[in-house]
Amino acid sequence: MDNKMYLYLENGMEFEGKAVGHQLEEPQLSEIVFNTSMIGYQEVITDPSYCFQSIVFTYPLIGNYGINLDDYETLAPSANSIVLGEYAQKPSNFRQRYTLEQFLDLHQIAGIHHVDTRMITKVIRQSGTMKSILFPNKLSESECKDLFKQDLRSDQIPFVSTDKICHFPSHGGLRIVMFDFGYKKNILESLLKRGCDVIVVPYNTSAEKVKLFNPQGIVLSNGPGDPMSITETIPVIQELQKAYPIFSICMGHQIFALANGAKTTKMKFGHRGSNQPVKDFAKNKVYITAQNHGYCVTEDSISGTDLEITQINLNDGTIEGLKHKTLPSFSVQYHPEASPGPNDTKFLFDQFIHNIKEYHA
Amino acid sequence: MPKLNHLKKVVVIGSGPIIIGQAAEFDYSGSQALTTLKAEGIETILVNSNPATIMTDKEMATKVYMEPLTTEFLKQIIIKERPDGLLPSLGGQTGLNLALKLAEEGFLEHEGVDLLGVNLNTIKKAEDRELFKQLMQELSEPIPESKTISSLDEAIDFKKQVPLPLIIRPAFTLGGTGGGIAKTEEEFEKVVKSGLHASPINQVLIEKSIAGFREIEYEIIRDKNDNVIVVCNMENLDPVGVHTGDSIVVAPSQTLTDKEHQILRDSSLKIIRALKIEGGCNVQLAIDPLSFNYYVIEVNPRVSRSSALASKATGYPIAQIATLISIGYTLDEIKNPITKNTSACFEPSIDYIVTKIPRWPYDKFISADRKLGTQMKATGEVMAIGRNFEESLLKGIRGLEIKRDHLWSKESSKADTEELLASIQSPTDDRIFELAELIRRDVSIHELHNLTRVDLWFLNKLLNIIKIEKALAESPQDKDLILRAKKYGFSDTYLASLNNQSPIEFREFRKSLGINPVFKMVDTCAAEFESQTPYFYSTYGTENESSETGNESILVIGSGPIRIGQGVEFDYATVHAIKAIRALGYKAIVVNNNPETVSTDFNVSDKLYFDPITFEDVMNIIELEKPKGVICQFGGQTAINLTPQLAQAGVTVLGTSYDSIDIAENRNRFEELLNTIDIAQPMGTTFLNTDEALKKATQLGYPLMLRPSYVIGGEAMEIVYDDKELIEYAKKANEIWPDRPVLMDKYLIGLEIEVDAICDGTDICVPGIMEHIERSGVHSGDSFAVYPPQSLSDQMIEKIIATTKKLALELKIIGLVNIQFIVKKDQLYVLEVNPRSSRTIPFLSKVTNTQMAQIATKAVLGNSLKEQNIQTGLLPTTEYIAIKAPVFSFSKLAMVDTALGPEMKSTGEAIGRDTNLPRALYKAFTAAGMEIPSYGTILVTVADKHKDETLPILKRYHQAGFKFLATSGTAKFLKDNKLPAQEITKISDNSNDILEAIKKGKVDLIINTISKGKDSESDGFKMRRMAAETGVICLTSIDTSLALIKTIEMNSLNSLPL
Repeated sequence: MDNKMYLYLENGMEFEGKAVGHQLEEPQLSEIVFNTSMIGYQEVITDPSYCFQSIVFTYPLIGNYGINLDDYETLAPSANSIVLGEYAQKPSNFRQRYTLEQFLDLHQIAGIHHVDTRMITKVIRQSGTMKSILFPNKLSESECKDLFKQDLRSDQIPFVSTDKICHFPSHGGLRIVMFDFGYKKNILESLLKRGCDVIVVPYNTSAEKVKLFNPQGIVLSNGPGDPMSITETIPVIQELQKAYPIFSICMGHQIFALANGAKTTKMKFGHRGSNQPVKDFAKNKVYITAQNHGYCVTEDSISGTDLEITQINLNDGTIEGLKHKTLPSFSVQYHPEASPGPNDTKFLFDQFIHNIKEYHA
Repeated sequence: MPKLNHLKKVVVIGSGPIIIGQAAEFDYSGSQALTTLKAEGIETILVNSNPATIMTDKEMATKVYMEPLTTEFLKQIIIKERPDGLLPSLGGQTGLNLALKLAEEGFLEHEGVDLLGVNLNTIKKAEDRELFKQLMQELSEPIPESKTISSLDEAIDFKKQVPLPLIIRPAFTLGGTGGGIAKTEEEFEKVVKSGLHASPINQVLIEKSIAGFREIEYEIIRDKNDNVIVVCNMENLDPVGVHTGDSIVVAPSQTLTDKEHQILRDSSLKIIRALKIEGGCNVQLAIDPLSFNYYVIEVNPRVSRSSALASKATGYPIAQIATLISIGYTLDEIKNPITKNTSACFEPSIDYIVTKIPRWPYDKFISADRKLGTQMKATGEVMAIGRNFEESLLKGIRGLEIKRDHLWSKESSKADTEELLASIQSPTDDRIFELAELIRRDVSIHELHNLTRVDLWFLNKLLNIIKIEKALAESPQDKDLILRAKKYGFSDTYLASLNNQSPIEFREFRKSLGINPVFKMVDTCAAEFESQTPYFYSTYGTENESSETGNESILVIGSGPIRIGQGVEFDYATVHAIKAIRALGYKAIVVNNNPETVSTDFNVSDKLYFDPITFEDVMNIIELEKPKGVICQFGGQTAINLTPQLAQAGVTVLGTSYDSIDIAENRNRFEELLNTIDIAQPMGTTFLNTDEALKKATQLGYPLMLRPSYVIGGEAMEIVYDDKELIEYAKKANEIWPDRPVLMDKYLIGLEIEVDAICDGTDICVPGIMEHIERSGVHSGDSFAVYPPQSLSDQMIEKIIATTKKLALELKIIGLVNIQFIVKKDQLYVLEVNPRSSRTIPFLSKVTNTQMAQIATKAVLGNSLKEQNIQTGLLPTTEYIAIKAPVFSFSKLAMVDTALGPEMKSTGEAIGRDTNLPRALYKAFTAAGMEIPSYGTILVTVADKHKDETLPILKRYHQAGFKFLATSGTAKFLKDNKLPAQEITKISDNSNDILEAIKKGKVDLIINTISKGKDSESDGFKMRRMAAETGVICLTSIDTSLALIKTIEMNSLNSLPL
């Protein structure tokens, strides 16, 4: 207990804290990002979109209600590490099965706590997302420099995407093919809850193969990293959107945009939290949304495409929703499946199903 | 234009006098509303009868009406002002109820006034129990099953549908007296029977018990486009069963998973949408700790105490945004006032833990029933911010000013374990200390959880505090351990005592170890966006975000939680001090820990530190900020009490020096001063022990007035008439304040006069003199005060002014001074001098149109009265007579005697202002919430010594048409004097007749001048309690009785026969 742990940032800053979770033998290099959700750490840590990242929780007390068996977004979380103010050693909740620490050990996720997470958050806000190293030992400046010379892994989507096709059958339900870029369980569940017959396919599945399943609609899931890392998927989507209504979420939204000629860019520090306000122009309403993305679709790349901006982020004006001008396809940058976060936009799943029915009618 | 174009003029209703459950939070929200409307170019008409508020300052609204909050007066004002809209949702339940009455009567529609922010039909659904039940059923939102019943049979029928445990709440009894929880069949029958009996209408509400569920609150805002946001959710440490106003509350919730949180969030959103509220709303829910089952407990369709807390906890200004919405804006049209470049339509994320702890009045009401339940009893609250729960809890505790600097109380440390285990099951204000003590004695937290249902998460945190305590006891000098203790919020004073050091010594030692606090910003967004909020709290972390303001700044010490004796009046003065400091070009920095107040609105000052007002926490700020000086005289006794330590630490205390304060508070030095300048005071002395007390009492002669030194609001002040009472008092005082001398004075019965003056060291300005209606012996805070004085000769007024000047100059007062005098047989005696802002500053400032606190602040900062162009001496009298009426919360405090005496009991004040005394009195009585009877029955009990004096007053009541009901002694006295009286049997003669008569509404007024005796078994006590609980006016002073009959006479039109 109370082993030391050090966090080194690419800008030269260094933080000493205490170790929690998986013991590191080697210095661990990650991209460091912060999440502002006050509740829902289990869903956050198990969100595949955090693949290989180090997550700073701005809320200082994490682990209060432990870990339960229901709230996993994937059973194989792929975040590298977490950075906390204080980890709650004595959780309390009726569904709790593990402590956060047991969970971290189990999934080989490293962690540091008793560091000034607000200070680290401010550094990321000011200097942008950066590389970080977590290691239980002191590293010299030159050791850090050498380590920071390494590139971050960019194969997150292949890493988290399924390599086998999986079927979640429902007799008589709408058949949906979901491209798995690292989907969160609650997207699947939101479809299943609406009676859909869901086939989850690897990110690099061909259009022909998808057509063989004779789906009625297509979902492009969320996922980690840069959409440009899987350009091979783009022509597949171009092909499929001609035949099927598509609903795209987060990474899916970016791929959908790319497939229609728009561009994406890396944001300074992204949006990660459960409180992002999004304005829907058509309904003249604002939703509070859950978000987790480091890239976004650029606004000026939309003109000249067949896309139309339907929703924007009220804080920074970035694109939050797109729809195809002629095809029955639309996308959102945020997470309508929530988990964690508000349920304000779950109706989008209904809208998708409505679109499918209308299209096939 | 997004806002509603036709709104040019809007009436805002304030919440009136401060009572338990409706306190300064509505001054905060109301002030914010007025400022917001003004900025939108809307004319504002404010109606509020509470003169102690910032919102009733002349410049806050286009017009301010300090008139009683009744439909009668509101209608008059509306007819006169012809407003376009009425904003009722920021004036608490008072404001909402009034507006609804006007709307229901059709008055608003008739006058063409829009009701803003609320919808009449849907609001009724939130307010009316049956309609609410219906609405919840329509929405499929669960509420605990309940039924109103009037017989045991009906209760048994209900039990067949809803199994035990059940809660039985008698209708119309205080805090559900006579009811309770029934867990077994036997209990059930017993409780139902006793409940039916206790209710004056023999009716009880029987309800499924959800005691033990976690209680969670949601603060939500909705706009006309149906956009809804949750500003904050909060979790009560005390499970369902304790009123949320009496619970320790944390923000955000700590034990909910996202699934649970979203279930409750969805439910809250559904409700606010169904109610179509445009503005703020509070939803209280209960969630089972063992499942996803939840219930909706209550909805407040308005800005509330909780929303003030949520605003301060997150930085998100709910009242401001709610006001903008009520005039037509939508959330997405409003910028987040904190970050200034992101949207107000978002949900704040915070990166700290906020703990609110109620402040109860039990230091004043020693005999009160301290059990907590559904009736709120706290008068105020503190909020504390920390980076962990332990830190915020311990900061909160040391900010309460209850003579405790740690999670430890002498009482619980002395109690035996069995006692404590029993006590925690029926919670009182001390439960958190009792829990800590039990953990200290190694009782397992699982056992404590089983007994109290307090979540294990909280209990584990308490356990952590105890673990650190125990480790510290082993090695109190260990650096790592001290650092750990500081991170978890331990106070310097606690750590100092472990090391046998003074707090100052320990402070130096701690600093030598390199253990220093940092300050973090409150920014609504967990640092996601850049903010310029000048709002900070201290913690032990790495990065300090605040920086030195330096020599151009002045630190103002606030007045802490609202309690009896130190109310919103002191926040009023604090806010004015800040305004004056800024007007002179300095930066005003404020430290305070009361979330309900205007002074903790970060827009009011240049920088706000939300931290406890203790030497340690204030010094931390001073060492960082290095201000030019510190001003203590506006923050009541809280701030004044810091002066010795601050002065000792070399801090510049601006204004009246510590030495002068000491002279005023130190008996011997004060007496010496009065002797030197030849000013009379009631003969007096001090004593330290009983023997000394008895010896000195013989010299002075009874009756005697006793009080401890250095206290506020007449705390523990008592009049004693004989040796027995003196001994009792001396013993008690020695226990509570072992080293402090007790002041003992001859009790002079005379006319009490109060003066507030501003002194710059050379000149004084006395804006006005106030005369009390009640003779000396009733605490000044509980007396009706009249401005200008009605019965003083010109010579006496001159003498008062001359004496005031002499005292102020001799005491070298720079700033404010409050002096209380007694006039007896043309002699002037000085009762006490308070070298600070007083309770009467806002009242006097308003009625004399003089910004006293601002002038005083400027004097403190070196601007003489002459330089300020302020007329010196007594200012000319204004054309209006103004009366400050005390307002009490007795109906909420079981077992508290309502008889007035030297110890203060009122929680608030109201004003009555008019061209003549009876009219002003009428308004004062009405504004204080009394419905003045014009005829009816008076229950009279007059002590022998008062009989002669009372007779002419009773004759006037008789002439006005009142009948008398009296027990044998008084009845005989009345009959002997040709006043008809109906006799009624005394309670002590084993009769319930009197109590039944009051309960059944057969008594319209009680005049009960008390003979001695604080015994709760006495007839008088029972009678007074029954009056408080049934809302019958009960006067315990002859003088108030006289004032009331004058008003009644003025009001009654004489029908004259030919």
